Amino acid sequence: MSQRIAVTGIGLVTALGWGAEANWAAMRAGRSGVRPITRFDTEGLKTRFAACVDLPEDRPGAPLSVAARSRRLGEAAIAEALAQSGLAAPFPGPLCIGLPPVEIEWPQRLALGAADYPGMIAAVASRPDLAGEFHFGATAAHIAERFGTRGVPQVVTTACASGSSAIQMAVEAIRRGECGAVIAAGAEASLQPETLIRFSLLQALSTRNDAPEAASRPFTLSRDGFVMADGAGALILESEDHARGRGAAILGWVLGAGEAADTFHRTRSTPDGSAIIRAMERAVADAGLAPGDIGYVNAHGTSTPENDRMEAMACRALFGEAPPPVSSTKSMIGHTLSAAGAIEAAVCLLALRDQVLPPTINGDDPDPELGLDTVPASRPHRFRVALSNSFGFGGQNVSVVLGRAEPD
Amino acid sequence: MRRPVGILGIGLASSLGDGVEAHRPWAHSAPVVDEARFAPHPIHPLAKLPFAETIPRRESRQMEDWQRLGTHAAGQAISHAGAADRVADMDLVVAAGGGERDAALDAQILAARPGEAALHGMLQAGLRPTLFLAQLSNLLAGSISIVHKVGGSSRTLMGEEIAGAEALRMAWARIGAGTSALGLAGGAFLAERPEIVLLHAMGGRLHAGPWAPMAGRGGTVLGSAAAFLLLGEDAGIARLSHVGTDQGGPAGAEARLDALLAAAPPALPGAVEIWAGPFDTPRPGLRLADAFGHTAESAFPLAVALGALAVQDGAPQARIAMTGAWRGEAVAVVEPA
Repeated sequence: MSQRIAVTGIGLVTALGWGAEANWAAMRAGRSGVRPITRFDTEGLKTRFAACVDLPEDRPGAPLSVAARSRRLGEAAIAEALAQSGLAAPFPGPLCIGLPPVEIEWPQRLALGAADYPGMIAAVASRPDLAGEFHFGATAAHIAERFGTRGVPQVVTTACASGSSAIQMAVEAIRRGECGAVIAAGAEASLQPETLIRFSLLQALSTRNDAPEAASRPFTLSRDGFVMADGAGALILESEDHARGRGAAILGWVLGAGEAADTFHRTRSTPDGSAIIRAMERAVADAGLAPGDIGYVNAHGTSTPENDRMEAMACRALFGEAPPPVSSTKSMIGHTLSAAGAIEAAVCLLALRDQVLPPTINGDDPDPELGLDTVPASRPHRFRVALSNSFGFGGQNVSVVLGRAEPD
Repeated sequence: MRRPVGILGIGLASSLGDGVEAHRPWAHSAPVVDEARFAPHPIHPLAKLPFAETIPRRESRQMEDWQRLGTHAAGQAISHAGAADRVADMDLVVAAGGGERDAALDAQILAARPGEAALHGMLQAGLRPTLFLAQLSNLLAGSISIVHKVGGSSRTLMGEEIAGAEALRMAWARIGAGTSALGLAGGAFLAERPEIVLLHAMGGRLHAGPWAPMAGRGGTVLGSAAAFLLLGEDAGIARLSHVGTDQGGPAGAEARLDALLAAAPPALPGAVEIWAGPFDTPRPGLRLADAFGHTAESAFPLAVALGALAVQDGAPQARIAMTGAWRGEAVAVVEPA
């Protein structure tokens, strides 16, 4: 039996709103946060919508960079989680955080006024501010220093599994006895023109420009790609002893985590689904449980033809003919990429607390071949354990098992 | 109780050459420098590597040289350890920055200075879909898994040189705790890319002018290198006795490094010391960046690998220390198996 890890704080920011309770209420109501992009010019782009979290600092033609926005969103989610936990800066443990890779973007490149790379390289010599914004470790370093976390912030990128990897690394650090508490988080803001275009060129995105709120439609026949999204999620994780020792309110548990690397293809799962099945199996085993103990699956559920078919197959392989309800909250908040695992673990904990399943909205043409109860509308449900799936572009798959806090 | 962690295999490629033996005499090797390509900033360019022999063509086509470099060195570490039959459950921790931009397209855009809609049009018309996969930080790990069938866990850490140290620490800590049997950890850094030179030039950190040893530099000199270590429970060629890392505000860096050194096993007489940081220091040690330039994500794993070779050649201990260019401190100690 593995040691239990207590959750004592939860923070969320998505296109549905700021704060865990606001998000949870919107999800229970089945609202969509997907809308036309306004912070840059989308004329001529194949996809012109996303689940955006715009900020007051976004100016026409000069939106915040991916680095700056992910920092803001990450700080907001962590601040909320920390306040709920009753802990404060300096935080008595490390930061594990899933973040997108960042780089200097076109508005900043063009603002250097140089006509070529040698000119840009010369121009940035007098700009330490750019290093502090665009170095790969910069966003997490700023967040770590704001909250006074200990040690090197572990900045993980396993693409769409990053948030779950962060939780898993936090769990491991506590189990190894390196610390009693960890901030596990994910923050994402990759929505900028070049990234949007890159995903478009891979034909990964929905192009349902006439009805953005209906575009993220996991497990339907007409699903046509994922919807890019901004967002952040944060959990305060503590060893059970650490949490009980300070009398903290325990909101739920991280019972286990499992991962498996796919050796098949950069963007596709092994055709028999073995790598994603292995990630789920390892997570359930790590929690000391059997598949039959899982009462709900928060799916990776990206709304791409490939993912949803493979994930449904993997669920049937793991759970047999009667899988538990499987819903994709990406139908409402889009795909928050590096933050998805952290956000969706938080959603599972809120669902466990209230004994209510969040829905998969837009399910008006379900794919009958998938054979899943995808929870078309929010509903009460008695369950003790949830599984959250995250499958990354590049073959990095992570599943996390969440448990309900026992009533006192 | 921690279990001992052995260094079972090493994969190295840099400006000095390909493979372990090309690197053994590193401290006495003349540096390989290109002063012209990114003038006024000298760099240490990668030696010519036999990618065509070590990476299947079908996979190589999906990569650019940064991923090829890392995939090549990771495979070398596996074969150096004779562990090709143990890859299915091998755990991978990679320190990675970004991959490679289409520099020609960037140059066209910089020259044209387009407005917003025109810029998007140039990107839509000019970007190659597969290049995105060559750029994503975690796709180096993805490529290693695909080419070498490494199928355990896979994690990619970001954060310049301290990410290289933290990747090694994570693999070492997991094996020491008994939660991983075999861990492949390391990084790859290709200096000779304009967007990488741009990133490291921010804030004026690059040395300008003719190449000089660290003591005479006005900044750092970048160098291409990849280093991977296969760690495990067996004795191997040397023991990784200790890895410690820390990070905080820049003011406390020296004190944190002192604390890390104090927490490490004590220095033995005759220990080989290696300084893996990008800037010179009054602290003792062979200067990694004198021979290789600053190899960012690869620097710390490279220094630990060279320390292991020194121990294999008879040194009683190797001690590696580093302060990052912007943030992060790290210490490692290698001892005989």
